Amino acid sequence: MPEIKVTPLGAGQDVGRSCILVSIAGKNVMLDCGMHMGYNDDRRFPDFSYITQNGRLTDFLDCVIISHFHLDHCGALPYFSEMVGYDGPIYMTHPTKAICPILLEDYRKITVDKKGETNFFTSQMIKDCMKKVVAVHLHQTVQVDEELEIKAYYAGHVLGAAMFQIKVGCESVVYTGDYNMTPDRHLGAAWIDKCRPDLLITESTYATTIRDSKRCRERDFLKKVHETVERGGKVLIPVFALGRAQELCILLETFWERMNLKAPIYFSTGLTEKANHYYKLFITWTNQKIRKTFVQRNMFEFKHIKAFDRAFADNPGPMVVFATPGMLHAGQSLQIFRKWAGNEKNMVIMPGYCVQGTVGHKILSGQRKLEMEGRQILEVKMQVEYMSFSAHADAKGIMQLIRQAEPRNVLLVHGEAKKMEFLKQKIEQEFHVSCYMPANGETTTIFTNPSIPVDISLGLLKRETAIGLLPDVKKPKLMHGTLIMKDNSFRLVSPEQALKELGLAEHQLRFTCRVHIQDPRKEHETVLRVYNHLKGVLKDYSVQHLPDGSITVESILIQATAHSEDQGTKVLLVSWTYQDEELGSYLTSLLKKGLPQ
Amino acid sequence: MAAHLKKRVYEEFTKVVQQQHEDLSAKKLRLTKPSKSAALHVDLCKATSPADALQYLLQFARKPVEVESVEGVVRILLEHYYKENDASVRLKIASLLGLLSKTAGFSPDCIVDDAINTLQNEKSHQVLAQLLDTLLVIGTKLTENPSVRMRLVEVACKHLTDSSHGVRNKCLQLIGCLGPVEKGVAKEAESQAAKDVQKIIGDHFNDQDPRVRTAAIKAMLQLHERGLKLQQAIYGQACKLLADDYEQVRSAAVQLIWVLSQLYPESIVPIPSSNEEIRLVDDAFGKICHMVSDGSWVVRVQAAKLLGSMQQVSSHFLEQTLDKKLMSDLRRKRTAHERAKELYSSGEFSSGRKWGDDAPKEEIDTGAVNLIESGACGAFVHGLEDEMYEVRIAAVEALCMLAQSSPSFAEKCLDFLVDMFNDEIEEVRLQSIHTMRKISNNITLREDQLDTVLAVLEDSSRDIREALHELLCCTNVSTKEGIHLALVELLKNLTKYPTDRESIWKCLKFLGSRHPTLVLPLVPELLSTHPFFDTPEPDMDDPAYIAVLVLIFNAAKSCPTMPALFSDHTFRHYAYLRDSLSHLVPPLRLPGRKLVSSPVSPSITPHEDPSQQFLHQSLERVYNLQHLDPQGIQELLEFTIRDLQRLGELQSELAGMADFTATYLQCQLLLIKALQEKLWNMAAPLYLKQNALASAAAKQILEETYKMEFMYSGVESKQVVIIHHMRLQAKALQLIVTARTARGVEPLFGMCEKFLQEVDSFQRCFISELPRMQGSFVDKLLDLMPRLVTSKPSEVVKILQTTLRQSTFLHLPLPERLYRASANIIEPTGESDNPLRFTSGLVVALDVDATLEHVQDPQGTVKVQVLYPDGQAQLIHPKPADFRNPGPGRHRLITQVYLSHTAWTEPCQIEVRLLLAYNSNRSKATAKVPKSTWNESVEALPQPENGIEGTIPFSKPVKVYIMPKPARR
Repeated sequence: MPEIKVTPLGAGQDVGRSCILVSIAGKNVMLDCGMHMGYNDDRRFPDFSYITQNGRLTDFLDCVIISHFHLDHCGALPYFSEMVGYDGPIYMTHPTKAICPILLEDYRKITVDKKGETNFFTSQMIKDCMKKVVAVHLHQTVQVDEELEIKAYYAGHVLGAAMFQIKVGCESVVYTGDYNMTPDRHLGAAWIDKCRPDLLITESTYATTIRDSKRCRERDFLKKVHETVERGGKVLIPVFALGRAQELCILLETFWERMNLKAPIYFSTGLTEKANHYYKLFITWTNQKIRKTFVQRNMFEFKHIKAFDRAFADNPGPMVVFATPGMLHAGQSLQIFRKWAGNEKNMVIMPGYCVQGTVGHKILSGQRKLEMEGRQILEVKMQVEYMSFSAHADAKGIMQLIRQAEPRNVLLVHGEAKKMEFLKQKIEQEFHVSCYMPANGETTTIFTNPSIPVDISLGLLKRETAIGLLPDVKKPKLMHGTLIMKDNSFRLVSPEQALKELGLAEHQLRFTCRVHIQDPRKEHETVLRVYNHLKGVLKDYSVQHLPDGSITVESILIQATAHSEDQGTKVLLVSWTYQDEELGSYLTSLLKKGLPQ
Repeated sequence: MAAHLKKRVYEEFTKVVQQQHEDLSAKKLRLTKPSKSAALHVDLCKATSPADALQYLLQFARKPVEVESVEGVVRILLEHYYKENDASVRLKIASLLGLLSKTAGFSPDCIVDDAINTLQNEKSHQVLAQLLDTLLVIGTKLTENPSVRMRLVEVACKHLTDSSHGVRNKCLQLIGCLGPVEKGVAKEAESQAAKDVQKIIGDHFNDQDPRVRTAAIKAMLQLHERGLKLQQAIYGQACKLLADDYEQVRSAAVQLIWVLSQLYPESIVPIPSSNEEIRLVDDAFGKICHMVSDGSWVVRVQAAKLLGSMQQVSSHFLEQTLDKKLMSDLRRKRTAHERAKELYSSGEFSSGRKWGDDAPKEEIDTGAVNLIESGACGAFVHGLEDEMYEVRIAAVEALCMLAQSSPSFAEKCLDFLVDMFNDEIEEVRLQSIHTMRKISNNITLREDQLDTVLAVLEDSSRDIREALHELLCCTNVSTKEGIHLALVELLKNLTKYPTDRESIWKCLKFLGSRHPTLVLPLVPELLSTHPFFDTPEPDMDDPAYIAVLVLIFNAAKSCPTMPALFSDHTFRHYAYLRDSLSHLVPPLRLPGRKLVSSPVSPSITPHEDPSQQFLHQSLERVYNLQHLDPQGIQELLEFTIRDLQRLGELQSELAGMADFTATYLQCQLLLIKALQEKLWNMAAPLYLKQNALASAAAKQILEETYKMEFMYSGVESKQVVIIHHMRLQAKALQLIVTARTARGVEPLFGMCEKFLQEVDSFQRCFISELPRMQGSFVDKLLDLMPRLVTSKPSEVVKILQTTLRQSTFLHLPLPERLYRASANIIEPTGESDNPLRFTSGLVVALDVDATLEHVQDPQGTVKVQVLYPDGQAQLIHPKPADFRNPGPGRHRLITQVYLSHTAWTEPCQIEVRLLLAYNSNRSKATAKVPKSTWNESVEALPQPENGIEGTIPFSKPVKVYIMPKPARR
């Protein structure tokens, strides 16, 4: 039985370090190659030694697919390709290919330059790694080799995020990466056709959550900002450079435009400028509104949002500032925070989750007095708001995707085990498909029942379809032909052609059968009786009485002779070719029953 | 000539017309028939290759064929069809057959048999499909003939087994369009096709080709449209089709399910996998709701649209569509809407959001959570959050329709609609505001909702703001804080966008009159009065202060205690505003002050307005005083006109009526004045200088009559007669004046003849109205007609002069409602001192924004005129898409006008104005004349009127400063 094997090296009942090995019909594919944010030791990268102890990975993997540019999906890529050693193709979408190296470089800088780690990949390695990348378009079918093909679908989530379909022959796997089923201000919703894969590997970050409408959050967010600005206060929004930041920018930009507001919006520079540049370029990957209006104005050409300068923080009057990093633990956002924290007119909006120990986490949990370095006590008088803008599909979204794709099996990754358990049960209950949730390093085997395509010659097809009624989806159709299995391909051809191709002479195979009938009459009378009987029974067939005293039913010949010993018994000789086996045997059984008196 | 005219006047016209028509058509027949078909025949015989033949056919197809020669052409084509070996030529012939049978007036009975015969030996699938298409055309032309229809359906059924999807497609289409609708007819025919068409079509719901499946569903829908009651049995099949792989099939299936749900709303269907049963309409509703989260947006739009029209659905199903059980980590969570509601009801409002404020509370039983198969659950929540704005708009529309029929649902969907006010696409925002307005009778806004609604007032789009003002006009607000909030926000809006003034005042007017009791406690604060101290008198010209006063005065109308709170200057301001902004400020009963109409008011019935009465009274007075001395009449007319004009200014709802009658009286006055000239009796040569008044009067009357006819909506034929009559009088006046002044008799001949023709056409158009015009000019004129047509021009003039003097003054009946078309150019404002600079020879786009009121068919009639200082005038026809329709009788023109000119030395002003184009041919009266029977032969007849086209300026001109600079080399 053919099978598909899936082994998560990361992201199995866990979030982070996404890396899933799939072997399908003899092909080995690695899906994503991420790092884990929670670890700083060897555990931060997937254990590639699982694939092979010695020897290059290239021999064991047919290709690597990266779904999007978040570090937990692509962070280990230079390590994997340059330090462990992989020379095969790496597939990702164009925006991912463009933005991925920026993030990798940033990651490298923080680990090497700030934390002082050695034995880490270098800038050159990132460059070399990116040279191995093959960029793909949405819905473009890429032939990795003769049998393996992959195809990308839009996934929302972040710019350039894609779901991938991996297909070998009739077996296929869909890997979703991270995706979002509800559109946001800059990206659309994930979409897949009814591709009916054997296996759907889906993320399940929000397996147990059904989210509220996004609009309320947006409205709340805008109202908060607007009120503060009208009061003359300053708004600080700590963000990470990519993804949510752009969404919030678009949100504020359009709001400023709509409401004709004049207060300045600043964006701290650095990574962002480069990233915004790519957002401008990849308009086709954004949502309907941006795509439709970019002819008049590219939405990422912000009119109200300007680059931030450190000196601006002291300017009087209202302003909105986006600053990195997102958890207020260091850098510019923290500096600005310290300046503005003392004024109750100001506001800080935390747009996402904050890790314990960061300033962000402290103020969110209500701490009003912060101890800064140098024993300084900072009193926080400014308002602290929390708005979550997350771009993963919720439980309903996941179910919706499964409904769209109609897979035969589902496998959950990228989520917590306990939550997966719930979703798994739901999926099995509602779609009646089996669902798996392997842990890291655990292999799941799925048996498939692939249909085998056979080429049929057009002549044969036409001939065969002409005989019966129209083909019906529901009923299998019987066809006569010769199956030739040659060079790993199957062909169905007419017998004549098969003989010709194989250089064989045609043999006729005839079955002959004698049937004894008790009939005292003369031979020709018997024949006449038989003829009349058959004519009466077989109305749909052509029954003929030939002048030489024999009867033909289609191509079946019936002759009658008197028994040499017993004149009262007539011997009917029935002869048919093997093609007419069905009719022939029916005839004999009919005749054996005897003639009606 | 005269004899001819005489004959014309006393005969019935239709007869004459018909005779001429026959003559003409007979001529045509002889001319064209042989040439057309013969030429084709020759051409086709000449063709050596299929490509040649195809070329000939293509050329032939470009020219129209006369009805008479169609049959001949068809025969020739058929002849060639059988000879032709090439499939593409046969295909073209087949398509031509279809085209030809469409020819108006041609009855394709005669070619039915031939067309069916052609199908017999055809091998090519494409040609077969085309032939079936031709049969469909023939069939649709012969719908009255059941036997032909039966035959065609039979043919189609025979070809249903064809292996090509195209042929099957066409067959199904044919069956759908022609299949027997009534059961009885089918039995009579008792042929094969009497088989149930529904079953035949239903069998193809499972066809292997998605296109055929779609065609089958469409055919079924077609049958439904033609009046066949579909069987309920199809419902199951249709439900299965909802899971089809192809979007067009799903889309059609959704429609089919909808149709069935409307046909059998109350029948009971079982729920699979349980023993329960529900109403079919509920089941269908659930299924269509499910399709709102389909993979294809086309299907989603379709589904969302159809949801709106399923009003029989039970309320708990309906309310489910807005329900989405939230959870987080398997614990039940409340939606933001629920939280907002709770906050509101607990009295605590706008507490800052904390992290974890939305923390989930109770645990959820994992088994009870249903993630997907919950039918209607959250359909609208999904639809409103959809990626494509088309879906969102469709969902909003559907919400609107459902909410209109169910008040409880309206209450529930409010939160969602309010959310849509923040959509990223303006169209969606606008649509949701309109929707909210439509359902506003059923709802009362909570304060937090009002807050969100009002936030949109700062939107930079004028459309949105105005829509919102409209919405606020008919909103119910629950608390006095709400009113205050609304007022504050509206005032903020006013300072930000001063152009919204009118719209805001109007909005406050309604807000005040709807919520008098809520406004009452706010009055001291709003007027900033103090119990002990006198506060400074606010500036009367401040739009914001006027806005506040409008609110208060309108509230005071139904709240008699309110005026007690006013300070002295408020009363003064009231008097001023009542006069200057009478449409916004209602009459109030103020203490110590008499209401203008108070002595009258008890005597009149409530629905008869005193001003209306006044209007009628003054008109009565005028009409009754026929035989006063001329001086008296003139004075009376002048006074009445003045009164009417003033009345029009004061009472906006009577403005149309007053203006209309004033114009009419004005015309009458002019006519009387012109006839009163003492100089009529003088000899012609002496007369030259003095005729200015009379001819100018004639001209002005003409102009005014056109205005009366085309600028008012609601004018009925009764009025049109009077207007035309007045015009006729003006023309007579013109003729008399010309006769007096012109030298020689030649020009008079033409003019007389023309005038008589006009009288003639007047009589023709208004023959039914003539009895009511006893003693009028026309009445007398028609009596004298036999004399007129035989007499010389000079005599005609004399007769005219006396009749004109003797004729009585016609009573102008007033229609129920009459509105004067008006336009107001909002932009450009004409206040800018900065010239618009552009390089000469190039164009500059000027944004024009105008509101039009009571203009019928503005797309066809409203033009923009640009007048350059050199006298050059440019007429621009705005695109139909530039007109928006914000409310009944109101239009808004937002367009761009392109200006260009050669270089000027210094900036200068151009004038922009709006014109109302008219064409006297399109006049309401002439439209009734049975013109259609005349066909082409119309030219042979004298035109009733030579279709005077003209324009009426109906907006104040606006000056724009422009400066075309010479181009730099």
